[in-house]
Amino acid sequence: MFYREAGQFKTTYAADAALFPILQDKLGIALILVAAFILVPLVASDFVIDSVLTPILVFSLAAIGLNLLTGYTGLLSLGTAGFMGVGAFACYKLATLFPGINILVMIVCAGFFAAAAGIVFGLPSLRIKGFYLAVATLASQFFLSWCFIRIPWLYNYNVSASIEVPTRTLYGLPITGPTATPITRYLIVLAIVSVMTWLASNLIRGRIGRTWMAVRDMDIAAELIGIKLYPTKLLAFAVSSFYCGVAGAMLVFLWLGNAESESFGINQSFIILFMVIIGGLGSLLGSFLGAALIWGLPIVLRSAAATFNLPLNAATVEQMTFMILGALIIFFLIVEPSGLARLWQIGKQKLRVWPFPY
Amino acid sequence: MRAPTGPEVAVGDVLLSVENVSLAFGGVKAVSDVSFDIRKGEIRAIIGPNGAGKTSMLNVINGFYHPQDGRITFKGQTRGQMRPHDAAYGGIARTFQNVALFRGMTALDNIMTGRSLRMRRGFIWQLLRHGPALREEVEHRHRVEEIIDFLKIQEIRRVPVGRLPYGLQKRVELGRALAMEPELLLLDEPMAGMNIEEKEDMSRFILDVNDYYGTTIALIEHDMGVVMDLSDRVVVLDHGIKIADGTPDEVKNDKTVIDAYLGVAH
Amino acid sequence: MHLLYQIFIDPFVQMGTAPDLLVQTLWEGLVAGVLYSLIALGFVLIFKASGVFNFAQGIMVVFAALALVGFYQHGVPAFLALGLTVVVMLLLAFAVERLILRPLVNQPDIILFMATFGLTYFLIGFGELIFGGDPKVMISSQLGLPSGSYQIKMLGGFVQLQKIDIAAAIIASLMVAVLAIFFQKTRIGRALRAVADSHRAALSVGISLEQIWVIVWFAAGIVALATGIMWGARSNVSFALEIIALKALPVLILGGFTSIPGAIVGGIIIGVGEKIGEFYWGPLFGSGIEDWLAYVIALVFLLFRPQGLFGERIIERI
Repeated sequence: MFYREAGQFKTTYAADAALFPILQDKLGIALILVAAFILVPLVASDFVIDSVLTPILVFSLAAIGLNLLTGYTGLLSLGTAGFMGVGAFACYKLATLFPGINILVMIVCAGFFAAAAGIVFGLPSLRIKGFYLAVATLASQFFLSWCFIRIPWLYNYNVSASIEVPTRTLYGLPITGPTATPITRYLIVLAIVSVMTWLASNLIRGRIGRTWMAVRDMDIAAELIGIKLYPTKLLAFAVSSFYCGVAGAMLVFLWLGNAESESFGINQSFIILFMVIIGGLGSLLGSFLGAALIWGLPIVLRSAAATFNLPLNAATVEQMTFMILGALIIFFLIVEPSGLARLWQIGKQKLRVWPFPY
Repeated sequence: MRAPTGPEVAVGDVLLSVENVSLAFGGVKAVSDVSFDIRKGEIRAIIGPNGAGKTSMLNVINGFYHPQDGRITFKGQTRGQMRPHDAAYGGIARTFQNVALFRGMTALDNIMTGRSLRMRRGFIWQLLRHGPALREEVEHRHRVEEIIDFLKIQEIRRVPVGRLPYGLQKRVELGRALAMEPELLLLDEPMAGMNIEEKEDMSRFILDVNDYYGTTIALIEHDMGVVMDLSDRVVVLDHGIKIADGTPDEVKNDKTVIDAYLGVAH
Repeated sequence: MHLLYQIFIDPFVQMGTAPDLLVQTLWEGLVAGVLYSLIALGFVLIFKASGVFNFAQGIMVVFAALALVGFYQHGVPAFLALGLTVVVMLLLAFAVERLILRPLVNQPDIILFMATFGLTYFLIGFGELIFGGDPKVMISSQLGLPSGSYQIKMLGGFVQLQKIDIAAAIIASLMVAVLAIFFQKTRIGRALRAVADSHRAALSVGISLEQIWVIVWFAAGIVALATGIMWGARSNVSFALEIIALKALPVLILGGFTSIPGAIVGGIIIGVGEKIGEFYWGPLFGSGIEDWLAYVIALVFLLFRPQGLFGERIIERI
């Protein structure tokens, strides 16, 4: 390994329970944050920021949301995009109804609306389990999709049933709308995602994370220990939907600048589920890795096609993406069901003992 | 999450009693009209041939199964059926025949879940973690580490329990039950699948729990040697009916018990 | 007040004043229900025999239909194209068994379920790549399927029954009967049920898992092909069908996952419920409630009877 991990002893339980107990890991994460906040805006092109980094961050947050529900609590959900949509449309309505209030506040409020929707659609989870619950979440997905089209009030009666993001500023600097620069939007998204990831990691490491995982692993035993199943599950739905809602609001306001109802359809739900499966169920790192892989795949394909001068039009790239994605999922499920995050851990372990095999 | 409540029961008095409990699944009668009691501070064995209804009996006490007839009195409170929360809050903990650990978590985390009942810091504090939530976590970690020392499982703290050998898994499960600081500990075949040394270790742990923590213990066990050595009183079930109840010596010489085990039709 | 009237009184008044429309709607619902049942049947087959929930059943329907039309468009005569498509579905069954099921044997069900997600996406991409994404017309007349309709005078008006719908109902019933007999009476059917119960136990009595799985996925493929033909004959063959196929899930919830008659009953309930709901209550909500009504029906059902109409009660033991 690049640095020695043994020999760093903790003298308090608090130190032992820290997020990055090893000094070098702490330095590493600090470096990554510095690079993300400072280096990237200086060095990367607008294209890379707007077409690669910002969307990966947004989808990572949605993937974290789904991971909290499915990876940590074991409640398979096919309704992720629906909750993202609730966040997006809630933010839009709030922004247009109260133009004077800071848009960041609106994004957070939109999250609460999504959380409320999550609780409502999570209500069946007491009686219904496992696979049946997944089908129930399909009900929520299709119902919400329908709402996004059929309730014109949501998109302010726009003729084309889409929403255009109004310009909003932060300290005079435009951060949403056509005049906001990619770098500004990227930094805001990065800040929000960093904070929310940190909050999620706090939850996971503490009492709530453990009760979620207990419900996932064996809910009967959890109940007999005294864990209340219903509130635990509903909390998972609420927090997960909050994250998805914020991601949805950011997707529209800080990345795309507009949205249609199709942006939050069943296909989007599947894509995020794939990010979580490939990245690793039950791993925050995995959410980022999965989002990066799945978002990056078409881009890599297109660049490869350009490099080798293969004639690939957009449709073909999409089809090949689907095929490779499907094959990747099967591959990961066979080889490493715990996803990229586990591969990362295995890689680290191999590096630790290198050059010895074990 | 409330801390366990209920009136204090003196050592020697009845802590839990089941009266005329009957449990059936569809047409299958698991338990028929069984009554016995468990006194505080004792080690009570529940024995009987396979299919006698012993695990079902524990499940009824736990609140996992709801009997069709009968009552359960725990710490002076009588009810028609237990609910899992009431049992847990009241101070009943248990281990399972097929180790019911949370496989996705480490041994340490598994035992920490046993503290869930007593951890009170709410959602907002958990979000922030630093501050009251972390302090509470550390405080409970101290208690859990005491249990880890007691059970001598320090090395495997961070190992995901799915990877542990069976004997260690059973110890971790015992640790999780102990973390609940129970008044009544239900052990379902704690020695199953163990060799002589492991059984001796487990017996020592059970006796220590009873001595050191003062926990009342009800255990289901097939190994007669263990039962005779460990328990204060024994209740014998066969085909869902109680056929004997008394000290190990009384039960050992009871003709109906011998017949049941040897399979004489009656 | 007016709203209450609109919800609880008006639709029934409408039903009463135009009973021929009611019958027509019921018939439409029945036909849609039969087609849902066919898709659900494919699910049930695979689940009954391998414990795998095959999310890809819907895309198999599309794929089979596309393959059939594709062969025909390349100049292959209709019935030969049908035969070739059957071969394609057999190859697909082999591929699935070899590449997905065998490596994942003994894994928990949820992993296999997610693997079928992967299969779905793969087939979507693959199908579109080979056959193109634009909707195609099913070769119904070339296959000998009837067209046109019967007009029946009844109840003061007219009810129109498409001949193809009648054909679909008949073919579906035949298929169900054959499959039901197959499962109950034959040796292979018994082996299939054994495998569904426990892979390991089946292996230990010498049942060849690989053979069974190929057989059952092939059977599901044939069902998918029949469904694809029927559905394609009524409307075009396109990838939109994949989403409609998701409707089979509420059908399975109603009917249970392991019951062939349940798939039929569930399908009919969902189909009829959807159509009646859309026609009489739809305008109240702004139409398009067909999109989610089936799922909500299933959801309500689940709350009262988690195992469905025909399923077995799951007793959890610790």
